[in-house]
Amino acid sequence: MKKLDRNQMAARVARDIPEGSYVNLGIGLPTLVADHLPKGREIIIHSENGILGVGPRPAAGEEDEDLINAGKEPITLLAGAAFFHHADSFGMIRGRHLDYCILGAFQVAVNGDLANWHTGGADAIPAVGGAMDLAVGAKKVLVMMEHLTKKGESKIVGRCSYPLTGARCVDRIYTDLAVIDVKPDGLHVVEMVEGLDFPELERLTGVPLKRLATAA
Amino acid sequence: MIDKFVASVEAALADIPDGATVMIGGFGNAGMPAALIDGLIAQGARDLTIVNNNAGNADAGLAALIKAKRVRKILCSFPRQADSWHFDALYRAGQIELELVPQGTLAERIRAGGAGIGAFFTPTAYGTLLAQDKETRRIGDRDYVLEYPIHADYALIKAERADRWGNLVYRKSARNFAPIMAAAAKCTVVQVREKVELGALDPELIVTPGIFVKRIVRLAPALQKAA
Repeated sequence: MKKLDRNQMAARVARDIPEGSYVNLGIGLPTLVADHLPKGREIIIHSENGILGVGPRPAAGEEDEDLINAGKEPITLLAGAAFFHHADSFGMIRGRHLDYCILGAFQVAVNGDLANWHTGGADAIPAVGGAMDLAVGAKKVLVMMEHLTKKGESKIVGRCSYPLTGARCVDRIYTDLAVIDVKPDGLHVVEMVEGLDFPELERLTGVPLKRLATAA
Repeated sequence: MIDKFVASVEAALADIPDGATVMIGGFGNAGMPAALIDGLIAQGARDLTIVNNNAGNADAGLAALIKAKRVRKILCSFPRQADSWHFDALYRAGQIELELVPQGTLAERIRAGGAGIGAFFTPTAYGTLLAQDKETRRIGDRDYVLEYPIHADYALIKAERADRWGNLVYRKSARNFAPIMAAAAKCTVVQVREKVELGALDPELIVTPGIFVKRIVRLAPALQKAA
């Protein structure tokens, strides 16, 4: 089978974001989605630290330490961008004004539970940032992650073993193997990568999957 | 005549007592009032409770205050970063207390503190470790967690421009927590790059009205680069 690399995953997610959407991109892998948004589609990116209308990375030497995204990386602005304070920024998130947020994850459960902030280890220093607000606030919560851990265990699970970020909050999962919708009656496979068949995907995932009529 | 400008960082911070709760603006280094934090380190107050989004980056600013063991407790959303080594070391040694708060809940608790709100219900963190032992309520078809405001004795923030009444405008994403912290503290101290005449700021565009500001320090040009 042909696993998607990180850029192919980002491009796959980007394809599903419609014109006119307000979108928040999580730190790490989801940030790559910005580089793959289809040309000609006007999509407005929100950053938790008080920005709507995030633009591309600045050229070397053009960085401004007062202009950063939630991952604290330098950014530029699009024409039409706006600044606002943190309480307004999270009011937008909690108040269901964002169409999509795209988050990384350690685990997603069959019921849409999300774990992405804390391994729960005794020595781990927890850090949550804005993940819990995004998980409950965005109209659609999209998760983007590798399908399997480095040890080959499925990150899609019957029940999260890591502490939850949000309960029953994930709408769709994009992995390097498949696109899967989380619905009240379970997980529906929307598509699979080339060379992967449904029984093999179900075996790798380790939880029951449903096949959408349109899935290959 | 009202004039909130004071002569020096030292004068602006002189009365901060041991045990004070101090909000510090900034998201990472954007908006961090570095000159005021350095002033707080020099001033010597101990046993502080600090409210900031992070727990210090690298060796300067808040990280230096933490390293100097002047912080008893920190309320923040994202302490663990690649360069948060001073916090990490004290936390692992049990020498600093952490209250981890989701970022939006942190912002809203600060906002509530400045706005006279007694408590509020938020859907954030429901069903997670960070809502453990907290009061919850089902309202309509959603579950919410009861959260209380945060008040501070002092807020230290950075702005771009101020007039002598304390009206402020900020620069780009350096705004972040500053406007809500200014409102939530009894005494808000601002480090500012530029002083302008009263009336020079467009009233339509003032972000923080002077009522929330007590003291302003204009940094000498040499300090501005460093800050």
